[in-house]
Amino acid sequence: MGKVLNLEDLKEIKAKAVSLLATRGVCADPLVKVVNGKADVLICGGTGCVASSSRDVREALVTEIKKQGLQEEVRVILTGCHGFCAKGPLVVVYPQEILYCQVKVSDAPRIVSETIVNKQIIEDLIYKDPQSQEQFPVYHEIPFYRNQLRLSLRNCGLINPEDIREYIARNGYIALGTVLEQMKPQEVIEIIKDSGLRGRGGAGFTTGIKWEITQRSPAKPKYLVCNADEGDPGAFMDRSILEGDPHSVIEGMIIAGYAIGADAGYIYCRAEYPLAIQRIKIALSQAYEYGFLGKNILGSNFSFDIYLREGAGAFVCGEETALLASVEGRRGEPRPRPPFPSIAGLWSKPTNVNNVKTYGLVPQIILHGADWFRSFGTKNSPGTATFALTGKINNIGLIEVPMGITLREIIYDLGGGIPKGKAFKAVQTGGPLGGCLPTEALDTPVDFDSLVQAGATMGSGGMIVVDEDTCMVEFAKYFLTFASAESCGKCVPCRIGGRRLLEVLTRISNGEGKPEDLDEIEYISNNMKEASLCALGQLTPGPVMASLRFFRPEYEAHIYEKKCPAKVCKGLITYRVIEENCTGCMVCKRNCPANAISGEKREVHYIDPNICERCGICIEVCKFDAILIE
Amino acid sequence: MLEKATITIDGKKIQARYGQTVLQAARENGIYIPVLCDHPALPPEGACRICLVEIERQRTLQPACTFPVSEGLVIHTRSPKVIEARKFSLELLISDHPLDCMTCEATGNCLLQDLAYEYGITGDRFQGEKHQYPIDASNPFIVVDRNKCILCRRCVRACAYINGVEAISVFYRGFNAYIGFGADSTMQDSPCEFCGSCVEVCPTGALWPKMAFGRGRPYQLQKIQTVCTYCGVGCQIELQVRDNRIVNVFGVENAPVNHGFTCVKGRFGNDFVHHADRLTKPRVRKYLLESGKRDGKDRGEWVEVDWDTALEIVSRKLVETRDTYGSDATGVLTSAKCTNEENYLMNKLARQIIGTNNIDHCARL
Repeated sequence: MGKVLNLEDLKEIKAKAVSLLATRGVCADPLVKVVNGKADVLICGGTGCVASSSRDVREALVTEIKKQGLQEEVRVILTGCHGFCAKGPLVVVYPQEILYCQVKVSDAPRIVSETIVNKQIIEDLIYKDPQSQEQFPVYHEIPFYRNQLRLSLRNCGLINPEDIREYIARNGYIALGTVLEQMKPQEVIEIIKDSGLRGRGGAGFTTGIKWEITQRSPAKPKYLVCNADEGDPGAFMDRSILEGDPHSVIEGMIIAGYAIGADAGYIYCRAEYPLAIQRIKIALSQAYEYGFLGKNILGSNFSFDIYLREGAGAFVCGEETALLASVEGRRGEPRPRPPFPSIAGLWSKPTNVNNVKTYGLVPQIILHGADWFRSFGTKNSPGTATFALTGKINNIGLIEVPMGITLREIIYDLGGGIPKGKAFKAVQTGGPLGGCLPTEALDTPVDFDSLVQAGATMGSGGMIVVDEDTCMVEFAKYFLTFASAESCGKCVPCRIGGRRLLEVLTRISNGEGKPEDLDEIEYISNNMKEASLCALGQLTPGPVMASLRFFRPEYEAHIYEKKCPAKVCKGLITYRVIEENCTGCMVCKRNCPANAISGEKREVHYIDPNICERCGICIEVCKFDAILIE
Repeated sequence: MLEKATITIDGKKIQARYGQTVLQAARENGIYIPVLCDHPALPPEGACRICLVEIERQRTLQPACTFPVSEGLVIHTRSPKVIEARKFSLELLISDHPLDCMTCEATGNCLLQDLAYEYGITGDRFQGEKHQYPIDASNPFIVVDRNKCILCRRCVRACAYINGVEAISVFYRGFNAYIGFGADSTMQDSPCEFCGSCVEVCPTGALWPKMAFGRGRPYQLQKIQTVCTYCGVGCQIELQVRDNRIVNVFGVENAPVNHGFTCVKGRFGNDFVHHADRLTKPRVRKYLLESGKRDGKDRGEWVEVDWDTALEIVSRKLVETRDTYGSDATGVLTSAKCTNEENYLMNKLARQIIGTNNIDHCARL
C-alpha cells in the first residue's frame, strides 16, 4: 500500500473497503443493510473475553469452518470489546446479527452447522433477560444495547481493529482528509469549541478552549499527549476503545495536532494493557503506511508523528503533570500548576493533554458538525458518557449513554438491576477518587456538573454498584487503601495525611473507633482537599467524605454500638452455629482453614471465635443454613 | 507582556514583576511567608505545603513558592484556612518524626523545630505508624538518619542542580517513600562525591556531618567566617569552632564565589588543622646550616629554623644552581592551594629570575 495523497484517493479506498463490512450491514452512515449470502463471525477480542478463552473459541470456529469447507464464504474476525463483558466470550454471527453469550470451544460445531449453514438460532446460547426471562437473539435489540448511544464505542466490536481498511470503511480518516484540505487550524478549534466537548478524563475542561490556549502559547515546538493511563480499579473504557478502535484515537490526535500546530504526539498507555499496546502499535504502523502519519500527511504541508510510551504502573501517572514527567523519563510525580501543560508541558513546551475518549470523539464531531454533537446529552455536557459498569449489578460491562440519563436508568434499564434480588445500596462514580451516592440520589442526571453537585464526581467513567451486603465503612476503606498506596509521596498532606486517615478508618472497622474519630475524619479530609498538591491528594478523602455524608449512621454503629450493620467488618462480627439447624455433617469443620470448628459427627458443632478468621467459608459450604453472622 | 503586576497581599497593594513567584514578591516587600522545602539556591518544589496561601478565585490553597505573579492577584497569607492547613502539614510531619530534639544534633538549627515552635505543634495530634529506618553511617563524612527526613527533597535538588551528580533520589511511593542514594544503596556505594551540599540545605538533622556529632549546640559554637585554603577559587566558609577546634563547616550563603556551597575538601577536609604531623614552622637539613656539604648520600636530620633563615638558604641554593648548571637545571611546581596572585608571582620568579620555562602546577598533573 502506497501513501494516500489526497482526500479523493482516500474516498476511493473507502468505497472499496465498504465491501469488507457488507455482510455486517453497517458499511457506513447511513446504515444500509447489504446481505450477499456470505457470513461474518465476530468474536470479542477484548481483554475480558480473551481471559475467558475467546481466542480458543476463535480457533475452534476457524477449524470447524475449514472442516465444513466454508472458508471462502465465512470470515472469522477477532474484534475489540463488545461491552457486554458479563456474558463473554461473545460471538456475533452476521448477517443475521445474532449474539451468542458465554460461548465455549465445544459450541463451535453447532454454531457453524446450525446458525451459519442452516440459519437456525441456538436457543441456549442467546441472551435471556434475568428478570423477564425474555429471549433476545438480535444483538442490538438486547436491553443492554438498546438503551445505549454509542459514539465513542461505535466501532468497538464491529470492526477488526487490526485492519485499517475496516476503519476507513466506517468513514475513518475522512475527517482528517477534510480538515487538511478544507479547513484552517482555527476553524477546527472553533468547531470543537462550538460542540461543547468537555474532556472525558474526568475534570471536564472544555476541550476547544484547551486547544486554543495551547495553540496561542508562543513557544515551539508544541506537543500533544493522549492520556491512556487508565488506572481506576474496575475501569476499562479507554482500554476497550484502544483495543477495539485504535484508529479513531489516532485520527483525533492528528486532527488536534493540526489544530494546535504540534509536531508530535505521545500516547501514554499503561503497560498493564498489553493488548491495547499491541493494537496501537499495529494501528500506528498502518497509519504511517497509508500516509496519515509522517511527513506531508495526505499530500498536505502538515507533518506529524505519534510515539507510544508505556507507563510503569503508577496510578498517579494519570495526573497530567506526573504523566508528562514520566514521558520525559523522570519519576512520575505531579508538579504544581500553574504553569499548566498548555503553557509549559513536555520539556517545558506547550502541550495539549487529552483523554483517549476525547480524541476518539473528535473525528465524528468534524464529520457531523458541532450541532450534531450538541444534539446529544445536556446543554452544559453535550455528547455521551462512557462507563465501565461493575460491582453488584447484573450486566457488568462497558456502556455508552447520552449525558443527562439518570443513574436509575443506567443501573436498572441497562445494568439489569441488582443480582439475587438484593437491594441497591450505593453507586460509586469517579473511581477511587470519586464518591458514592445513595438510593435517594438515583434520579441524579449523569453529567459533569450534576454529579459534583450531588457529592460524587464524573471521573473518567468507573461506575461501581454495591448492594445491601456492603459495609460503607469497609467500602470507603478499600478505596482509601488504594489511593493512599498510590500517593507519590511528594506532598505532605497526601503522603502522611492519607495514611493517618486510613489508620482512623481501620480503627473504626476494627471496632476500636472513638467518638472523636468522625471529627478527625472531617479534619483530615478537609485539609487534604485544601492542601494537597494534585488531584490525587485532593480527592483521596472523596469516597470517605461521601460515605460519611450519606451513611453516617453506619459509621456511628461501628463506633458506638461496635456493630457492623452489613456484617462485613471482621473485627465486629462473630460466626455462630444455629443449634437447631446443625445436623453435625462436619462439612464446615472439614473446610475451615483455621481449624476453628469443633464437633463430632451428628453432634452440634461449635465455632471458636478466638480462632475463627471470619473468612465465611463455613457459611458457603453449609447446606442447612446452620451458620449465622452476628 | 506587562513588566509589572499589581497584586494585593494581606490587604497591602504591592508592585510585583512578571516571572516572580508570590513568595519572591512577598519577600521583596517584607511580607513573611514561612517555608520548609523551598531554598533560595534551589528551584522550587511545592512539596511541603507550609508556604500555602489563599489566593482569591483559586479552587484550593496554593503554594507561594511556585505560584507565578499575575495582575490583580489577591492573596491572604494568614487567613484561618491557611493557618489550619499549615498546622495540619506540620502535625503530619511531626507524627512521623522522632521527637528526640533534646539529643538531636540539629536542635537550634532545625527549620521543622522552628516552625513547630511558631505554630505551637506539640506532637500529640496524630498517633499512628512511625518509620523505623536504620541509620546509614557507611561513609566517613555524612550520617543519614531517614527517621528525621521530612522528604522536602532539598538534598535531591542540591545534588542535581548544585553539584550535578544526581546521586540522591526518592524511592518508593506514598507513606513508604524515602530518600535514597545511587540505585538504592548506601551513600558510600553511590556516585556521591561527599560535597556536603545536601547537608548544607537539609532543614532537619536527617543529614549531618559525622565530625560534628556530640561536639556542641549551635549557641555553644563560635562562628568564624573565612576563606577556604584548598584552592584558588576562594570559597567563603563559616567555621563553627569550639575550644579552638573546628566542629562543623558551612558555606557562606551570600558569598559571591560559592553561594553557600563547598566541595568535599572545603567542607570535610579539615582534619589536617590540628593533626600531630602538621608542620607549623620551616625546617632545613642540618648540614645546610653547617658546612653546606652533604656527607655522602645521607641527607642528615631536620632542624627547625625561622623563616628568614629558611628562605635565605632556598634563595642561595637557587642562585647557585642557576649559575653553576644553567637556568634549565631548575624546575618549579606550584600548588592549587595558592591564590592566583601567588601562582603568578611564582611564574614570574621562574621565568624572569631563574630564567626557565620549567614551571607547572598540580592542577594540571
